[in-house]
Amino acid sequence: MGAEFVALSLPSLVIGVLVAVACALPGNFLLLRGQALIGDAISHVVLPGIVVAFLLTGHVATAPMLLGAAGAAAIAVVAIEAVRRLGRIEPGAAMGVIFTAMFAGGVLLLEQSDTSSVHLDVEHALYGNLESLIWLDATGWASLLDAQALSGLPVELPRMALALVLIAMFIGLFWRPLALSTFDEGFARGLGIRTGALGLALVIMSAVAAVAAFDAVGSIIVIAMFICPPAAARMMTNRLGHQVAWSVLFAALAAVLGYVLAGYGPLWVGAAASVSAAGMIATVSGIILGVAAVAGPHRTRNG
Amino acid sequence: MLADALLLQLGYNATLVTLGAALLGIAAGVAGTFLFLRKRALVSDAISHATLPGIGLAFVVMVAMGGEGRSLFGLLFGAGVSAALGLLCVQWLTRRTRLGEDAAIGAVLSVFFGAGVVILTVIQTMNAGRQAGLEGFLLGSTAGMLRNDATLLAVSAALVLALVLILRRPLGLAAFDPGYAEATGWSLHRIDLAMMGIVLVVTVVGLKVVGLILIVALLIVPAVTARFWTEQADHVVIIAGGVGGMSGYVGAAASAVAPALPTGPIIVLLGFAIFLFSLLFSPRRGVLASVLKHLRYQRRVHVRQGLLALANGQPIYEALTRRLLARSELILPDGVPTAQGQAAAAKALLDETRWAIVRGDQAYALAATRYDGLTPIEDVLTSDQLAEIDGKIASPQAVV
Repeated sequence: MGAEFVALSLPSLVIGVLVAVACALPGNFLLLRGQALIGDAISHVVLPGIVVAFLLTGHVATAPMLLGAAGAAAIAVVAIEAVRRLGRIEPGAAMGVIFTAMFAGGVLLLEQSDTSSVHLDVEHALYGNLESLIWLDATGWASLLDAQALSGLPVELPRMALALVLIAMFIGLFWRPLALSTFDEGFARGLGIRTGALGLALVIMSAVAAVAAFDAVGSIIVIAMFICPPAAARMMTNRLGHQVAWSVLFAALAAVLGYVLAGYGPLWVGAAASVSAAGMIATVSGIILGVAAVAGPHRTRNG
Repeated sequence: MLADALLLQLGYNATLVTLGAALLGIAAGVAGTFLFLRKRALVSDAISHATLPGIGLAFVVMVAMGGEGRSLFGLLFGAGVSAALGLLCVQWLTRRTRLGEDAAIGAVLSVFFGAGVVILTVIQTMNAGRQAGLEGFLLGSTAGMLRNDATLLAVSAALVLALVLILRRPLGLAAFDPGYAEATGWSLHRIDLAMMGIVLVVTVVGLKVVGLILIVALLIVPAVTARFWTEQADHVVIIAGGVGGMSGYVGAAASAVAPALPTGPIIVLLGFAIFLFSLLFSPRRGVLASVLKHLRYQRRVHVRQGLLALANGQPIYEALTRRLLARSELILPDGVPTAQGQAAAAKALLDETRWAIVRGDQAYALAATRYDGLTPIEDVLTSDQLAEIDGKIASPQAVV
């Protein structure tokens, strides 16, 4: 549990926690605004963006892929809004039309083009590969203080940390207007808050979380973390601040527990290989939600 | 090659699959219409993602019982059971807790899918699991289907379609007018249950064809597309069925030609192409129709305002107005009205004056609501009323 743990498990564990918290933070507001499925839509449309970026540049590079993913997310948001307004269609159905079409386009592009040489396929996009993010330069806990070893950290870790800082800063800075416009949009507008722009900013922040997390862990964790921890937190309290705190706790708990269960759980029951960490983290977050829904002090509508 | 596939010339199995996909598409389009009109389109997304753990567990169970684990019927049965469980979870979360339906959908779809992925990774470590081909259920794969599976697909698709058609009356009633349905003794709860049951069966049958990630599109896209073409309840259902059937038929045929490509995305993109065409070109609600309508309105306003200016002897500077008037030969290029233009201008001024009287008179309050600066007053009032109004115009002038 020394050097091996630091090199093989610690980075994945930390990245898992960062992803979970980065998604759960904006997820709280999306949930309260009735936009919980935005995370679902965004994480589907990221795929075509990444594929197009790959086809244009010809190799797997981080910057163009993030740009492509962000571009696809922006196109999706605009397209959903356009379909909703032009066709006078309810938002859920408009979302369903756009994200499935974009995902289908991404899959076909991916299968058509020659990506056999690189690590890019649909399964990877869905469940990622959290376990593969290892830190080869680490020799033990002391490496955490060693600048040279630290530079060998998986690139996903600093990127995810940056995304989390960005999101936390956004939510911290705009806490009051966000809370106001979430609970009473009319009142917020009366105070001069530009609720439309704020809502768009929230969606963009969610997209930042989804896009940064996507390549490390796949879309399934992203969707689960946008919804499950905030939903479980909603059952625990009636106060927004407490809800956000609970959701962060639940998200981190799901990430740690899920990762450990996926990595070591099969060994305990005698199986040889580990199971998908992404899937297990999503499952654990679901179990937390289930427990909160059965026993949470504020689980019912009038409570 | 594609022509052969479309004409069902690629052998018995491919024909069965293509026809099955078409029937499935029709059933999905019709069932999806009711779902869409009840504003619960995305519930089907939770149902479809919830099938994954069932598929995996069914495979594990079948292998444990000594079988090969690849029986399509067994896998679909498992899918159905776990999808039903997922649906119950959505219902329970929505009813018993404070979560909205969208949050319940998102939670169920991600958690069940995550659990399914865990089970899939377990299966990959099993000896029998290496060639299981369960990934085909993610995005659909119809190429090279076995005879039994193709028959199962075609027969069950036909049965679902029959079920949808039998239940279309109550489903339509609940979708278009829930209040009336309840008042006439239907139980909305039961109708919803039946609707969800049908969606569940469509999803399970569609797993092998469209795949669990994209089957939601087959339910939503045809219904949304149909809304562009008609305002009538019966017609929406028929058009949605047609769109769904066409995407399924052509998509499965195309997939038979390109076996390397997953079937689901092809079918979904075909449906989306029809949707896009409808969004742009549908005669009533389409983008093009709206733009044309707006331009026509703009032109009428310009001509009317131009004619009023002519009647008052004012010069016209606005370029579009001059161009429009000149094109219909109401003015000469230098802005001087033609005889025809003078007549039209006088007519417009008379119309505007009559409207001014009508709008100033309480007795014509109802007629005055029709005023939009464009409607000729003859369309609103009878000749008797017009004569009365003209009397009011004439009298003060006679005094002067």
